[in-house]
Amino acid sequence: MMVFTGPGLRLARSVFCRPHRSVRRGFALLVAFVGVLAASAAVSVAVHAQAPAPAEQPAAPPAPAAAPAADAANSAAEGDILKIRILMAREIREDRLPPLSLLDIPPPDDGVAGAKLAIADNNTTGQFLKQEFILDTVQSATAQELVAEVKKRVDEGIAYVVVDASEATLLAISDAIKDKDAVLFNASAPDEGLREEQCRVNIKHTAPSRSMLADALGQYMAWKQWRKWLLVIGPAPEDKAYAEAIRRTAKRFGHKIVEERVFNYDPGSRRSDGGFEQIQQQIPGFMQGAPEHDVVVVADEGELFGDYFPYRTWTARPVIGTSGLFATSWHPAVELWGGTQFQNRFKRLAGRLMRPLDYNVWMAVRSVGEAATRKKTGDGKTLIAYMRSPEFELAAFKGQKLTYRSWNGQLRQPILIATAKIHVTVSPQQGFLHQLTELDTLGVDQPETKCTAFKNK
Amino acid sequence: MTRNRQGLVFALAASMLAFTASNALAYKVFVSNEKENTISVIDSETLAVVHTIKTGNRPRGIILANEGKWVIVCASDDHKMQVFDTSTFEYVKDLPSGPDPELPILHTSGNPLYVSNEDDNLVTIVDIFKGTIITDVPVGVEPEGMGMSPDGKVLVNTSETTNMAHFIDAHTYKNLDNVLVDNRPRVAEFTPDGKQVWVSAEIGGTVTVIDAATRKVVGKVNFEIQGITKDAIQPVGVRITKDSKKAFVALGPANRIAVVDTATLKVEKYLLVGQRVWNLGFTPDEKLLFTTNGTSNDVSVIDVASLKVTKSIKVGRYPWGVVVAP
Repeated sequence: MMVFTGPGLRLARSVFCRPHRSVRRGFALLVAFVGVLAASAAVSVAVHAQAPAPAEQPAAPPAPAAAPAADAANSAAEGDILKIRILMAREIREDRLPPLSLLDIPPPDDGVAGAKLAIADNNTTGQFLKQEFILDTVQSATAQELVAEVKKRVDEGIAYVVVDASEATLLAISDAIKDKDAVLFNASAPDEGLREEQCRVNIKHTAPSRSMLADALGQYMAWKQWRKWLLVIGPAPEDKAYAEAIRRTAKRFGHKIVEERVFNYDPGSRRSDGGFEQIQQQIPGFMQGAPEHDVVVVADEGELFGDYFPYRTWTARPVIGTSGLFATSWHPAVELWGGTQFQNRFKRLAGRLMRPLDYNVWMAVRSVGEAATRKKTGDGKTLIAYMRSPEFELAAFKGQKLTYRSWNGQLRQPILIATAKIHVTVSPQQGFLHQLTELDTLGVDQPETKCTAFKNK
Repeated sequence: MTRNRQGLVFALAASMLAFTASNALAYKVFVSNEKENTISVIDSETLAVVHTIKTGNRPRGIILANEGKWVIVCASDDHKMQVFDTSTFEYVKDLPSGPDPELPILHTSGNPLYVSNEDDNLVTIVDIFKGTIITDVPVGVEPEGMGMSPDGKVLVNTSETTNMAHFIDAHTYKNLDNVLVDNRPRVAEFTPDGKQVWVSAEIGGTVTVIDAATRKVVGKVNFEIQGITKDAIQPVGVRITKDSKKAFVALGPANRIAVVDTATLKVEKYLLVGQRVWNLGFTPDEKLLFTTNGTSNDVSVIDVASLKVTKSIKVGRYPWGVVVAP
């Protein structure tokens, strides 16, 4: 899509793509570039003519004449730059089955690429404020090992940790560092308990909860007046948790679950040359004899069978839930509210499309950046207090400011309702009103929360 | 950008060419329609669409140039700008830009043009007569708003994700200063007396007022509308009257224009317009103000003296920018 027409542009890209990684270099190049331009208009034209050379050798400085200026800027700024470290902790979950569709296989840097983009974004602001953000990553398939490693890093002084792990591992990390001035960002676990009975003051959640996702979908179904739901539940514990969130939503927004069916399915091997013949028989058979319904709601977070349902049901009904029309914090096709540029920046950095986990991690790392920008410090205690205050707000390509709920640390956010290919709408839907913010019509609201840890904190 | 110094001579000549003699003071209002790839041309007297110009893909920022003879529009998805004749509405030529140009502004002398490229963290400086890029200036993430000081010395650019107003020397392109503003800054506008820069923050929900000489924040405009949640108040377009006394601020999905007293920074009045109002343009005599209402596909007309919304005019899909030619 991107077309770069002139050599001048190529130079510009080579100058500015890289410095995201290194503030000092970015700043030096900026100074150098400006220095060259300042010399005279004639000189700057000459620089453009030479542009293809630095573009082909990205490490080269923009022009030899600029080097002394760059060095001077470097050393002058050296001592003043504040370094802010952010840790990303990943639990490698080997027990997970590969997804049904080859399109859904997670890339190896799922989430990490989002962190890298946010670090780059933080550093672009940081270069003007003499702040440099640095990303560290730890990962392990063993929960104890991951907990110990995060604790060690926090003991060494890291105050901000983005976590992609299961509920149990996240809680173990939280408890291991509870006496430190450090905060965890939950970027992947949707579990309600983490925000409710099990909530912890040192955990913020950029990942939406299951109840937020289910409410977002339920509001759109109310707008459509597709009120009668047939609920199909998978065998995994998270499928049951998702079904519970769907039941809560149905009750809240006046939908009727006409019947629940449990789909006990042994997935067998994922990749094979055939299989559709049997699935084509199996799904309509399973769906036969159901009471009248408007939609089929599939609860299959384990990704065992959900994508087998659309176009195979007994009666012609849309599929929603974890397959078909689903709720998500991010979608690689979203271009709303400046999203196009955001998606493009990500693609240039990661060489792939942005996934919800990348986005959730990005919001976490940007939260730290935003707090550091406003408070002009990297101090953990100050920034954590600021992120908990009502003054904190995050711009995250959702058309309005995002804030953290004061009673459980959950990030309020509009939720996209989408198919695999494109978004259909964004919730909250029009007409769902709230006395404080319409975003609190999604998920468990303050009057009903069971989280008490944040009281008197 | 709507402030232009073209004399009455051109106004007369143009109106005689394009319109009836009775409309001697009719202006032409150019509205870029982001989703339709067109510019709607409205007659300021009859308040009717008199012509539709076909443009490149995703027309957004729109300004006048060449003493009012040209209208320049960013064709964002084509990564270029396009020039059209304001009298004949004919296509004149393309101008180069960086990737995804969004908002252009002219130097007070009429050339060069400075354009923010939303997708490349650059401001591109273009000679509009030669049609060449003079240079690029690196700025923050997602550059957007462009303001030019009335003395032609300082350019202010905002970057949406860096949340800063960058002060740039308009001649040496040297970065003079970076002022932190609220989240997602959109438009930067100098008061015509050159003393202040007003920067709207779409997500922050405020307008930051910066002293142009000291480059320090001297005030903030806050908005409160009964029955509208804070989240929906999203300031974008800012236009200030020539006497620097009144500012008009478009509030996005709050569907209102705030009229602000620049001395007290208090809102005097909220004017209800169409949906998701983004940009604003005065007529050269400052009697009328036109607003682009993206979601409702129309333009609202405000009578500046009485502060009343007098009409809405149907234009193309997702009207984005507006500029009025003599």
